[in-house]
Amino acid sequence: MTSPDKNAKDGNFSSSLSPFGAFWTKLAHGFTPSIMDGENCQIGYEGSDGVSIHIENLNKSFGDHHVLKNINLAIEPGETFSIIGPSGTGKSLLLKHIVKLEQGDSGRILINGHDVNETEAINKNRSFRYSMVFQSSALFNSLTVGENIGLWLREKRICGETRIRRIIQEKLSLVGLAGKEELRTSELSGGMRKRVAIARSLAMNPDLILYDEPTAELDPVTSDELARVIMSLKEKVKLTTVIVSHDLNFALYLSDRVAMMHDGEVIAIGTPDEIKKSQNPIVRNFIYTTTKGIQGEGA
Amino acid sequence: MRFFNIIINKLLNVAQGLGEMLALLCETVYYFKEAPRNLNSIFRQMNLIGVGTLPIAMLVALFVGMVLSVQTGTELALYGTQEAIGAIVGVSMVKELGPVMTSLLVAGRIGSAMAAEVGAMEVYEEIDALKTLEISPVRYLAMPRLIACLFTVPALVAFSMVVGILGGGIVAEVNPMINVPFSVYYDNMIRALSYQEIFKGLLKAMVFGGIIAHVGCYVGFKTSGGARGIGESTTQSVVLSFLLIMVANYLLTRFMI
Repeated sequence: MTSPDKNAKDGNFSSSLSPFGAFWTKLAHGFTPSIMDGENCQIGYEGSDGVSIHIENLNKSFGDHHVLKNINLAIEPGETFSIIGPSGTGKSLLLKHIVKLEQGDSGRILINGHDVNETEAINKNRSFRYSMVFQSSALFNSLTVGENIGLWLREKRICGETRIRRIIQEKLSLVGLAGKEELRTSELSGGMRKRVAIARSLAMNPDLILYDEPTAELDPVTSDELARVIMSLKEKVKLTTVIVSHDLNFALYLSDRVAMMHDGEVIAIGTPDEIKKSQNPIVRNFIYTTTKGIQGEGA
Repeated sequence: MRFFNIIINKLLNVAQGLGEMLALLCETVYYFKEAPRNLNSIFRQMNLIGVGTLPIAMLVALFVGMVLSVQTGTELALYGTQEAIGAIVGVSMVKELGPVMTSLLVAGRIGSAMAAEVGAMEVYEEIDALKTLEISPVRYLAMPRLIACLFTVPALVAFSMVVGILGGGIVAEVNPMINVPFSVYYDNMIRALSYQEIFKGLLKAMVFGGIIAHVGCYVGFKTSGGARGIGESTTQSVVLSFLLIMVANYLLTRFMI
């Protein structure tokens, strides 16, 4: 086993239990297999590959309110794909369908060719990991920054403890927050919370990462920083990124392709340039109003 | 016709709620197998529930025992049968007052806090985040709380029983109207109580503990609608656990006689 001093910091909750923390952690670790001590991670953790997403005829209603209307989308592996549109058009709901937090009334979602809702097929052919960055960041308030990021690794016993610490440090420096692992989540600013949420998602080495309104509640400078973080990830890690946003500039700047949603339907798909040049009046209107009259290039 | 529709809808809602509670209970119990590797959070919850509630539970039990002794003792003294006070306080504390009073206290103090905490996690998408991290919220949140309550509430009740009986004894000794020496009080109490009765009292406490944790988590998971929703959940958890504790108390007493 590890030394008692180290144990005191090991567990998720032991810090609040001191001076018995070390003892309890030791007791708890007594039941966990030897993987807790190793340097190696579970097979398949290292490296991430982009996945493809195919959404076919997806419909969703709440009562009489038809929120998603026959959505069809194809997202290529390794692509950065944005879904834009005004609030209340079902963008976030669509994202929740992809991560199985919601189930469609009809239609299906295929990730790498497997239906996400067929649990058997997914479990058998499980070859991808997905993670989502929530609009509210959704950090666990009872845990520190480091514990938030390491939660999945510890709960799933992916790696040994020393390795987990290193991964936490790596992911934090990736989002520009090196050395902040001991902070409480309540001490963080909005932008920092968002970046910790991204680091937590990245700790899974996901093949697919989804951002729900990453720039909501952020000032322009922080949004810009965030855009740089996502951009640099795109260069360093090969993963599929789906961004839902009503921040047009942010989406156009980052994405390989953009889809515009309006009233529960996808009304336009294309590269940022194609979207800027779109003749669709709804798209033109959205671009015009969100850029406060400064119309996109060539429009 | 509309009147009947309303009643039928209400009944359906109640049935649905009971079904959901049962399903959640089954899921929580299923995850008991994961308890050894969640010992950390179980002990943390035990610390919160047990150590945190102990002082106030002791205080309540002490005064309940004292008031019981002074009320019954003065009445008995009119007929010169005040020696029976030990048996009366002992039996009431062990069989009813200890388990029920302490459980109600824990429901108010801990059950509401659980509903608020889990409810806030639900409202602020933390539960959704757990799901996307493929960590079962039931295993991560509900299971440690249920196990902690199952063991901690009986422990608290055991303390309450002792302190309540002691409080009653002190009053019996010092109150000039009752004036029963502690040795007489104690002998009477011992004669009236059996281990079986103490065990039944603790068993009741265990069931009540389970009700408190389960209701707290269930109501928490069902929370929606922001800060107002969290407030409503807190109230609802206290009301529902009080109700269920009372019903369970009757049923347990009826079948354990």
